[in-house]
Amino acid sequence: MIQDILVTGLVNGGVYALLAIGFSLIFGVARIVNIAHTAFYMLAAYSFYTLLVRAEMGFALAGIVSVAAVVALSVLCYKLVIEPVREHESAVLIATIALALIFQELMLLAYGGNYLGIPSTLEGVLILFGVSIPYQRLLILAVAAAMLAATWFLLYRTRLGLAIRATANDLEVANLMGMNVERVAMATVGISVALAAVAGVVVAPVFVVDPFMWLSPLVTMLAIVVLGGLGSLKGSLIGALIIGYVEAITVFALPAGAFLKGAVALTIMVVVLLARPEGLFGVAFEEER
Amino acid sequence: MLRTLLAAAAAAAIAGGAQAQTVKIAILGPMAFVQGENHWAGAEMARDEINKAGGINVGGKRVQIELIRADTNEIQSVPDATNAIERVITRDKVDFLVGGFRSEAVLAMQEVAADNKKLFLGAGAAHPQLGAKVEKDYNRFKYWFRVTPLHVGDLVKASFAVLGVAAAQFRQERKGATPKVAIIAEKAIWTEGIVKAAQANFPKMKLDLVGLWQPSAVATDVSAELAGIKRSGADLVFTVLSGPVGIVVGRQMGEQQLAAVAVGINVEAQKDEFWQATAGKAQFVSTLETVSEVEMTPKTVPFYNAFRARFKKGPTYNAAGAYDALHLLKEAIEKAGTTDTEKLIPVLEKTIFTGVGGVIEFDKRHDLIFGPGRVTGLAIQWQDGHKIPFWPAGVKGIKPFKLPAP
Repeated sequence: MIQDILVTGLVNGGVYALLAIGFSLIFGVARIVNIAHTAFYMLAAYSFYTLLVRAEMGFALAGIVSVAAVVALSVLCYKLVIEPVREHESAVLIATIALALIFQELMLLAYGGNYLGIPSTLEGVLILFGVSIPYQRLLILAVAAAMLAATWFLLYRTRLGLAIRATANDLEVANLMGMNVERVAMATVGISVALAAVAGVVVAPVFVVDPFMWLSPLVTMLAIVVLGGLGSLKGSLIGALIIGYVEAITVFALPAGAFLKGAVALTIMVVVLLARPEGLFGVAFEEER
Repeated sequence: MLRTLLAAAAAAAIAGGAQAQTVKIAILGPMAFVQGENHWAGAEMARDEINKAGGINVGGKRVQIELIRADTNEIQSVPDATNAIERVITRDKVDFLVGGFRSEAVLAMQEVAADNKKLFLGAGAAHPQLGAKVEKDYNRFKYWFRVTPLHVGDLVKASFAVLGVAAAQFRQERKGATPKVAIIAEKAIWTEGIVKAAQANFPKMKLDLVGLWQPSAVATDVSAELAGIKRSGADLVFTVLSGPVGIVVGRQMGEQQLAAVAVGINVEAQKDEFWQATAGKAQFVSTLETVSEVEMTPKTVPFYNAFRARFKKGPTYNAAGAYDALHLLKEAIEKAGTTDTEKLIPVLEKTIFTGVGGVIEFDKRHDLIFGPGRVTGLAIQWQDGHKIPFWPAGVKGIKPFKLPAP
């Protein structure tokens, strides 16, 4: 059982990590409360399904077109919906909730409430310590690691990353220092949505595509980013692994209570926040800034 | 001016007269989802057949059926469902109600139908409380009849019978070995009785129960649960699933290459779209079903083929239920010679009607009578992308159940 927990927790933590990176960037680092983030993940999954299954494009082309299309849409949405209310956090929150619901209803209208399946990019399984791990999940782990590294590089080794962090830290000072804060915010939305879209393309084949698929990851992502500490990519990664392992332990220790795995994970988050309100790595981030 | 007014009044009178020539039936279902689509499609088929044959003979007068499409959106919202049924009763002034899917929503809609004394023929919800209310407060709830599916208690009997078939085949192919059975049941009120009955009865059925896993009905990942089931060495997985988790279970069982076979109730596996939704990984997954390409009654295969020809896919039980409900209503109206609900109820209570899924006869709860010669349901297994019916035995069109190679 121990090996089942170790392997399952790691693999599922990797799935969560991939989903959490983009959300960590937009919500944790840039402090833009984009509730529509996971809705863009859903749109990427639908786009990938349409191009791959219906238009019969190859995996790579379908994936690239999907990510590009969703990023372009996010930039448009930023200009039309987020930018006009950018200074009012609660207005951004409400506007992006509305955006997410509009996307949901549009998908419901276009595809119906049917559950759609996307073929795995990689077929087959690896047997590790007697545990079956589909190659698709290993791909997710690899993509999550690559995206994490790329995002870290962007934030800490590029001028754009410096601008994103500066803008998030103090919008007015960044503006006074000559930064084009609107352009920086737009770039942040675009990059984070690109990460969400990559997650949609890579993760959707292990899940089911439906118009409501954005809701469940939204709650989990919020939990992971807050648990790890706002603004800390390392914290998001560790938060994702914690949630993955807590869920695996819950299922293996209490099979008849498997439905509680999400609740147990959220309870752990609450307990951690009671002890450390800034999250696991929140302070480290403050010091970095 | 006066002449114009008189002409308008005459036109209105004619229009009113024309309206009286139709029986208005509301088809209630979640129209953006497969269940509602099927309610509507089954009802359309029945309407077209009946109207083409001259309509319904109401006391010597032929009347046509007019369908009102009511999107209940009940999968997402119970209030939307009650609003929809209120709307068709008060605004559209329908005579009868047919449909419903989600038990929570149908229980609420049943109250609205009772308030308005409207005959409501259910074609989707399995909760036993729907029938229990008829027995407990007959005068209020006598307007409810469940045309499909069987209620949960009877679904349990049917699913145990199917599991018995799979276990017998396992013993035969594996030289008498006792099958190890894992239960995977979504956490919901409707599964509680089934789980208790399974835990109590599997040992009596000489099945080795290795554990119970209960994910959420909307879980998007059950890889941990399936890793546990694989570790338990289960040969058969008894599924009690109605939500989208049924797709996840089917797909991930294939992805993780479980040697066990899923048997039981998996509502999503009843749909033609299931194979695509699982990306073709649901080989050998089986489930209870209501209608397939087998001769449950002489009407089953013609209905199945006509539906497939018209809609380019197979029907779900909601389509069969709505189709049967309209024909049943026609027969009852013609017997009673009226559309008066109070006079139709005793006729329906005595009716024995051959539908597409079985012979419909109602018990005192206005539930279907379960058993051979009445309604048993059937079971199908996904084999290479096709739904293969394998139970009940002795029905024309039934094919063998398959186990994966050991």
